Amino acid sequence: MSSGPDQTFETIPLQALLEKVAELRKQGYRLVQIGATRLPEHVELTYSFDLESRLVNLRFQVPAAGARVPSISAIYWCAFLYENELHDLFNVQVDGMAVDFHGHLYETTVKFPFGSTKAPAAKPAPAAASAPPATPATAAAALPAAKH
Amino acid sequence: MARTIIPFGPQHPVLPEPIHLDLVVEDEKVIEARPSIGFIHRGLEKLVEKKDYVEFVYVAERICGICSFIHGQTYCQAVEAIMNVAVPPRALYLRTIWGELSRLHSHLLWMGLMADAVGFESLFMHSWRVRERVLNIIEATTGGRVIFGSCKIGGVRRDIDAACLKSMLTELDGIERDIRDITKVFIKDSSVKKRLGGVGVLSRQDAHDLGCVGPTLRASGVAQDMRQLGYAAFKDLKVEPITRNEGDSYARCAVRCEELFQSLNLIRQAISKIPESEIAVKVTGNPNGEFIARTEQPRGEVVYCVKANGTKNIQRFRVRTPTFANLPALVQLLQGCELADVPVLVLTIDPCISCTER
Repeated sequence: MSSGPDQTFETIPLQALLEKVAELRKQGYRLVQIGATRLPEHVELTYSFDLESRLVNLRFQVPAAGARVPSISAIYWCAFLYENELHDLFNVQVDGMAVDFHGHLYETTVKFPFGSTKAPAAKPAPAAASAPPATPATAAAALPAAKH
Repeated sequence: MARTIIPFGPQHPVLPEPIHLDLVVEDEKVIEARPSIGFIHRGLEKLVEKKDYVEFVYVAERICGICSFIHGQTYCQAVEAIMNVAVPPRALYLRTIWGELSRLHSHLLWMGLMADAVGFESLFMHSWRVRERVLNIIEATTGGRVIFGSCKIGGVRRDIDAACLKSMLTELDGIERDIRDITKVFIKDSSVKKRLGGVGVLSRQDAHDLGCVGPTLRASGVAQDMRQLGYAAFKDLKVEPITRNEGDSYARCAVRCEELFQSLNLIRQAISKIPESEIAVKVTGNPNGEFIARTEQPRGEVVYCVKANGTKNIQRFRVRTPTFANLPALVQLLQGCELADVPVLVLTIDPCISCTER
């Protein structure tokens, strides 16, 4: 792995994602991108943040079959676009996205072109009532509160 | 009041490329806008599995038909960083010149489209006439007008000789005169001002929080420009981000107008300082490692994540284009706007959809 003075990669456990992201947001970091790499049995996720041209990358792996991560769109509202991309291209289920395209951000001929070929995980029980995934209809109303 | 959903795009007179918006309106006010993309998803990132890393420069360059050169350059920079390739200084300067020519013709393209969207047809034609002069320089120096094919891992494929650089300087003087004439209209004409002024205001805080990049960010007062990272020859040239504080469509237009002069200035600086050296070094072996390269495209920061595992094929190639980063801001700008302002607001972020979908 290449790291330079202007970019670092930090491997974190999935459970620490929201806390780490909230910390970066507090420090004034900008969300640069969320990307994924398909590995033989896993999907490697990289969340990149920038502050004064210094790039910080948080990284972790999840099993490719039934990959599931929490949304960071309550912290960085703009993350919803990257998270929908993760779902549509990599078959990563993202829980609690501020705007959920329900698999229709990318209309690809091949379903989940970068994702696992194994059967997707069974549909989980609905999330806690306190934090339901936003639907298109509720997205506009949720926007100001979610962003700040 | 009853709400109506108006479909906007994927084909619309102001849209050069397909994007769809579901506009939820109350009377003439947009309450919510929901973008859909995916009409031209080509899966170019997946092609790394079939093309070797040297050949893939051609694919990277074809991600976009406007900032094609900078796509190829950014890919090369990422691979060169992984392989510790020292690119000859003359090649770095040539990349800078072609990159700034790309910015010139991209901004002029946008200005033409914006003039057309606000109904100023003669301004549209003048903008594209000047753009043609820039394309002529690109054609004379690379052989291509859209795809340059000049960048490769380790340097560039073509040199520009001294006589050609001299004639380029003369031509740039003429282009600057033309640009001065048309930007005067964009900045001072009352109808353009009224159409763009106060429309789609994005505060500094919102622009930052929404992850905006490029002129969309700088027009809200954030002085961020990836050229300040010092890639290519920018470490030797003076680059100050062009900013405005109003954050509206007029400010975004004004930033692009000023950036035209900045690009002309950078090309002149580069021509005056270009050193004599080889234009490429031989690259052997396969890349093994990872690097995230960032450059400043006309629309803003582009991010190339390249991960290699020592084979001839890159393991993962991921591109985050500037338009992708600016889409959340567009969603916010459209909420609460007048229906008649939608075309202007869509154009104001200078959307490039083929880039975005890759």
